Amino acid sequence: MSELSIKHLLGIKDLTIDDLNLIYETAETFKDVINRPIKKVPSLRDITIANVFFENSTRTKLSFELAEKRLSADVINFSASGSSVKKGETLLDTVNNILSMKVDMIVMRHSSPGAPHFLSQHIDANIVNAGDGTHEHPTQALLDTFSMREKLGDLAGKKVAIIGDIVHSRVALSNIYALKKLGAEVMICGPATLIPKFLTNLGVQVVSDVKHALNWCDVANILRIQLERQQIKYFPSLREYSQYFGVNKELLDSLNRQIVIMHPGPINRGVEITSDVADSDHSIILDQVENGVAVRMAVLYLLAGLKK
Amino acid sequence: MQKRLLLNHKHLSITISRLCHQLIENHKRFENTVLLGLQPKGIYVAERIKSRLKEVSGIDVPLGYLDITFYRDDFRRRDDILAPNETKVPFIIEKKNVILIDDVLYTGRTVKAAMDAMNAFGRPDKVEFLALIDRIYSRHIPVEANYVGKYVNTVLSQKVLVELTEQGKKEDKIWLIERPVIDE
Repeated sequence: MSELSIKHLLGIKDLTIDDLNLIYETAETFKDVINRPIKKVPSLRDITIANVFFENSTRTKLSFELAEKRLSADVINFSASGSSVKKGETLLDTVNNILSMKVDMIVMRHSSPGAPHFLSQHIDANIVNAGDGTHEHPTQALLDTFSMREKLGDLAGKKVAIIGDIVHSRVALSNIYALKKLGAEVMICGPATLIPKFLTNLGVQVVSDVKHALNWCDVANILRIQLERQQIKYFPSLREYSQYFGVNKELLDSLNRQIVIMHPGPINRGVEITSDVADSDHSIILDQVENGVAVRMAVLYLLAGLKK
Repeated sequence: MQKRLLLNHKHLSITISRLCHQLIENHKRFENTVLLGLQPKGIYVAERIKSRLKEVSGIDVPLGYLDITFYRDDFRRRDDILAPNETKVPFIIEKKNVILIDDVLYTGRTVKAAMDAMNAFGRPDKVEFLALIDRIYSRHIPVEANYVGKYVNTVLSQKVLVELTEQGKKEDKIWLIERPVIDE
């Protein structure tokens, strides 16, 4: 079996197509494991993993923690609120202190883009990026593409529309990298103010008409409006956003075929997606969550197995 | 490379028949018995046992595949990462008599891992182990097989090479070979 070409999972940008396929194949086996009566294997029993979260998270943190526990790793959790970070400790000091407790792997979420890259240059432990600001969220893109493959088979030539707040989305960038590597076509759709400049350099199409994007695609990955990252007004009101860019049942019914609906969560029901779409049989949102654990198990297992 | 043929197609067939008769002696009508082949090559031996049992006794014994990759005790201690295979256990193991089946018994570590892997599916009443080839005097842990196709006395530098038609080989041949020396 081949092994990963990387020591840290910092972003999808660094992965080769062989890395992606290796992760998918391993994740398939772990998906089988987590559907057994006893959902646990002893592979990482001699490993300690620290989940270091400088930014809020529900799904990702739970999913990583579950993945670690199902691999029998020892887990410690750190969140910035209530820690000495508030007293002025630097990122490197914080992490070095955690590593002194003999931790083998760091799963980190940070609000600054590039924080895990910085860390990887200074420490020896394997690092998994669980989201760095508006930059990358590699495990989310892995689980999204894994879920798409499950539904549609090989993604080469498949059409994926990413709709919503692109400029603030690390999910969008990681998804674009992964989908392009897998040979899929990507279309980006959202208000002009929420689409970064020069995005077309990544080989994607950019449109502003949601109906056009939905008519074109096999899969629509709908992203949340990240109000917490928006210091200025990017659009007049949420109501107006949902009227122009929200995906609702009437819109889906008007298409000439069935498409797959995805959302990385958390959902703002009634804003970017209505409840009847999110809960419909088009939607694979909860499959994404289940696959997240399997994909993260695969990433941790493969990184832990690397030669030291 | 030195090679010694341990079993050819004909001998293998006779051996499988003999193992099946031994199983019938102990398990009678197989009412509460299931077969569990260990990935990757044990499943082929298990499939042959299953179909021969059907020929001989007319009984269709349930068969599953067990992959032990994630239960191995040498993860992070070997140079390569092993690729996992499919696990398929289409029956309840709880309170069953389980016959684990593998191609070669060597150090015994695989069987130990297999028993750990099996416990993830329930607690069997009784577990037995069938090995096509038993490399005697090479155990690292105290494990023995209940049913053995052929006992072979080997040294560390040797390897048992199992070639079966299921793997796309022209005919069944089981060899004892010298391990190729790898230049550092």
